[in-house]
Amino acid sequence: MIADDSLIAARNLSLHFGSIPALVDVSVDLWPGEVLAVVGESGSGKTTLLNVLSGRMRPDEGVVWYRDPAGSLADVHTMPAPALRALHRSDWGFVQQDPRAALRMAVTAGGNVGERLMAQGARHYGNIRAEAIDWLRQVEIDENRVDDLPRNFSGGMLQRLQIARTLVTHPRLVFMDEPTGGLDVSVQARLLDLIRSLVARLNLAAVLVTHDLSVARLLAHRIVVMQRGVAVETGLTDQVLDDPQHPYTQLLVSSVLQA
Amino acid sequence: MNEILQGYNFAYLDEQTKRMLRRALLKAVAIPGHQIPFGSREMPLPYGWGTGGIQVTAAVLGPNDVLKVIDQGADDTTNAVSIRRFFAKTAGVATTTDTATATIIQTRHRIPEFPLSENQILVYQVPQPEPLSKLEPSRGETRRMHALAEYGSMHVRLYEDITRFGHVAISYDYPVMVGGRYLMAPSPIPAFDNPKLHMMPALQLFGAGREKRIYAIPPYTNVRSLDFDDHPFCAGRAPHPCGLCGSETSYLDEVVVDNKGGRLFVCSDTDYCETRRAAGHVGADA
Ligand SMILES: Nc1ncnc2c1ncn2[C@@H]1O[C@H](COP(=O)(O)OP(=O)(O)O)[C@@H](O)[C@H]1O
Ligand SMILES: [Mg+2]
Ligand SMILES: [Zn+2]
Repeated sequence: MIADDSLIAARNLSLHFGSIPALVDVSVDLWPGEVLAVVGESGSGKTTLLNVLSGRMRPDEGVVWYRDPAGSLADVHTMPAPALRALHRSDWGFVQQDPRAALRMAVTAGGNVGERLMAQGARHYGNIRAEAIDWLRQVEIDENRVDDLPRNFSGGMLQRLQIARTLVTHPRLVFMDEPTGGLDVSVQARLLDLIRSLVARLNLAAVLVTHDLSVARLLAHRIVVMQRGVAVETGLTDQVLDDPQHPYTQLLVSSVLQA
Repeated sequence: MNEILQGYNFAYLDEQTKRMLRRALLKAVAIPGHQIPFGSREMPLPYGWGTGGIQVTAAVLGPNDVLKVIDQGADDTTNAVSIRRFFAKTAGVATTTDTATATIIQTRHRIPEFPLSENQILVYQVPQPEPLSKLEPSRGETRRMHALAEYGSMHVRLYEDITRFGHVAISYDYPVMVGGRYLMAPSPIPAFDNPKLHMMPALQLFGAGREKRIYAIPPYTNVRSLDFDDHPFCAGRAPHPCGLCGSETSYLDEVVVDNKGGRLFVCSDTDYCETRRAAGHVGADA
């Protein structure tokens, strides 16, 4: 059964790497404007789930449905490659843990933010630049940095630049893989605040992969808990974290409390 | 007709190779601006001397053709002379330096100043056929980008130039969109020549020997140089008249005329300059 208003509906996803079960019969739904956190320890299949949901990786079994703005459902893994790439350029966005891998480090901040606009056919230099400046402001980067190369940006700034570059085309859905991983705690806190306010203001739906339950607590409406490729528990964030039902979730929550 | 060198097939290449090349050329004409792979042959010239252009010329040359070969606009460079002599010997065709008389013009780095006609074919020697090669080193990825017409990254390059220099700082091999579909490298002609690519009555064929690619612009095809609405493409030219013929519209070379640092701006297209002088045009330095 697929609800009429779900944005993503994934059913019975399985994927093995050799003998490693990275995904085992996983089903998830995502609603418009909702942030879904995928949590679990390292190696539990979080990134694999993100890659399969976003069509970057093909499952052995199962299907991922995406509902386009016109309301019709498309199977992410059977749609033609141009259609999927177009989705990634416009309706969807991807924020990965390492901004250096996502950004063009030899291109100015403005060029990085403007790229998706140009990919969509924007051909007015002044407008592209103005929009890039506006987005730098929205991610709290001084607009004077618009012509600077990201080479000299701090880790937190790089990640904010990646977010600006992703959001500039107003996607409805953003996939994020450990967006605050590898950053200092104080930098993390600021970035989390920023992501939270952007997601709320832009009414974004997001799938957020994190091994950090406090990140999930702060940003997510709902949580899916992964253990060895299995979605062992799904529910509203507060319910799952305050009253975990599955023994593995209980273990995760108690280890955070002890730390 | 000249005496044909004994022991060679007409225009050097064997008929089977020419048929293979013609098939690639037909595909190229059918899909304007799209690069077609071909089985490039060893030629009796090193790469960089126009082996791609020579193979294309060999494939389209007939016994009644009149061949002109230019290198940077000049008919008399070593490279141009040796290619012309090569076809005179292996095909026995007539050669010329006169743009209007030629039926096939093989060129490196220029388009002639005199407008070409429907009865002519312009063959370009191409060192790097892939316009995206500087942005994306992977062949597979550039193929995908062409297939999906994903050319945003090329505009990023233009964006960066305008940001840094106030204008697009590409003076040679300025990328173009062919027929509104394929991004194409026009070979290292000056950006000044780009407008001539557009709606040209002559057939334009491009051969890259080392990279084993052929592409084409059929007659009367729309060819647009990439730009931004608020920074339209502009073809630069040195702000001087030609010192010899006085032309104020031709592309100029700057040449050193003596060992006291004296300089002269002259037409890079030598046939154009000579034809104008023969017709009585005189520049300030003539
Ligand atoms: N491309 C791959 N090839 C082989 N094994 C992989 C590959 N990607 C992930 N895995 C394995 O699949 C399991 C899940 O990985 P992953 O989804 O990256 O977990 P997580 O993101 O939760 O750390 C791990 O055991 C990992 O080693
Ligand atoms: Mg991971
Ligand atoms: Zn002249």
